[in-house]
Amino acid sequence: MPAPVIATQNLVKSYPVKNSKDFVAVDGISFEVAPGESFGLLGPNGAGKSTTMRMIGAVSTRTSGDLDVLGLDPNRYGPEIRGQLGVVPQENNLDMELKVRENLLVYGRYFGLPRARVARRADELLEFAQLADKAGAKVDDLSGGMKRRLTIARALINDPRILLLDEPTTGLDPQARHILWDRLFRLKEQGTTLLLTTHYMDEAEQLCDRLVVVDKGRIMAEGSPADLIRRYSSREVLEVRFGSTQNAEVAGRIQGYGERVDVLPDRILVYSDSGEHELERMTAAGLHPITSLVRRSSLEDVFLRLTGRNLIE
Amino acid sequence: MTGPQLSPSTIAASAGSTRPFGSLYAGNARSVMARGWRATRSTNSLVVLSGFVEPIFYLLSMGLGLGALIGQVQTADGAQVSYAAFIAPALLAVAAMNGAIYDSTWNVFFKMQFAKLYEGMLSTSLGPLDVALGEISLALLRGLLYATGFLLVMQALGLNLSWWALVALPAVLLIAFGFASVGMAVTSYMKTFQQMDWINFVMLPMFLFSATFYPLSVYPQGIQYVIQALPLWHGVELVRALTTGQIDPGLLWHVLYYVVMIVIGLVFTTRRLKALFLN
Repeated sequence: MPAPVIATQNLVKSYPVKNSKDFVAVDGISFEVAPGESFGLLGPNGAGKSTTMRMIGAVSTRTSGDLDVLGLDPNRYGPEIRGQLGVVPQENNLDMELKVRENLLVYGRYFGLPRARVARRADELLEFAQLADKAGAKVDDLSGGMKRRLTIARALINDPRILLLDEPTTGLDPQARHILWDRLFRLKEQGTTLLLTTHYMDEAEQLCDRLVVVDKGRIMAEGSPADLIRRYSSREVLEVRFGSTQNAEVAGRIQGYGERVDVLPDRILVYSDSGEHELERMTAAGLHPITSLVRRSSLEDVFLRLTGRNLIE
Repeated sequence: MTGPQLSPSTIAASAGSTRPFGSLYAGNARSVMARGWRATRSTNSLVVLSGFVEPIFYLLSMGLGLGALIGQVQTADGAQVSYAAFIAPALLAVAAMNGAIYDSTWNVFFKMQFAKLYEGMLSTSLGPLDVALGEISLALLRGLLYATGFLLVMQALGLNLSWWALVALPAVLLIAFGFASVGMAVTSYMKTFQQMDWINFVMLPMFLFSATFYPLSVYPQGIQYVIQALPLWHGVELVRALTTGQIDPGLLWHVLYYVVMIVIGLVFTTRRLKALFLN
């Protein structure tokens, strides 16, 4: 295996709080990312994903632990590391006083790159981001999806070796998300290392080769999406609803169904190799749910299993 | 899509240890300046124009209008000059101050709090000192344009009494640098619009009372000390001495005052930007 481009070992970030114990945002995280890999940090809001990203992006100093990005320590080589990274922050921070193409030109110059090279690259990236016809537009006039694509194009202006994406599609409509995923998938095919945070299961399943599930600053599990589903869930999930007053009572009668049963306020989940089989068993026992759904198991189920909570609350 | 593959050792060899300010400075402040120039050209050109004509209006109304009633005034060195020639250099210093303050306070506040511009800049290879120097240099460039225009107007009205007036240009830059540097440092600690108003609360009285429109000698001794402690008075005295040709070595104290301002401002700005965006 080639040397990792990112390696963290017991990474900790805590912030002092007045008259109280320090707030620990990241609490001993360890993982490695191989070159060309697409790696995800999956977890709810406040899990410590963005803080981890900022430390890797050399804009936040770690409290303790080891961190190695492209073979360098961010504490000493911040500018060198940042020069090799592309950053897509959670909130767009495009330059509103500049036009679309100017945003790319000016940003490229921040890296000290030659003017001609930046201009050529800007035109390529506008094509890539499907914004070529918006080159002279004001940033304010772009849609949310377009702004996001421009932010990604901007992050690629220095031909980064690693692209850091903090919740790349949060707040976008389904169509805009799919366009964005398609662009990110192309980057991955071209060999760019992607590190992304998300709290969307489908996004992680679409884009990540491997991921860690993070909760309260700690890693709960690590593996490929399929791997995690195999380990922490079943092949299929049967979701049944008996009405919010009935769910708990019914749950008692179906204990032992499938591999596991989870009772949520609004529904009951039965984890099994065959959801249909469990549903037949249920009907045979005289239980008739208001609605039932058999679906493939997803990362959402993994998360629920690991933390006992829904991912998006 | 992958760029030139630098091995860690080549990157490290050209890094940290060889740069004078470590990771604070990447030696690329000009890219920050170029950004500001582009943005000013496209969106703020009207603001630039108003900053240019404002001191000229003051000069015309007070210098020529009010000056007709007042006649001659005595400078700090005892020379008799026309009232217009007395206030023109003060207005020049004020123009430099206002331009620098506008660029380094309101402009910087907006970019920090709302546009998240610096957050974006500092996720590139730039360091906080690049950002501070770039923004301040742009303010200086603007100050230089205002000052040149104003000096030409003074020349046309016969208010430059000595060839030393040419040295007023670098002096004005020094004044602008001092105010921009401290202005940006103060702004980097501000969190709300209300706090920003305090800046105006300080600036206006300083403009009115720093021996701008009448000699310092009208004040009782105690108040004179207070005025002499404020930065604008040093700027006014320095520029006035140059345009009226009253040169003496004591002027170097005014220069020193601004050098200290510049250094303190830069140190605090850089530290604060580092704490805000790289922590």
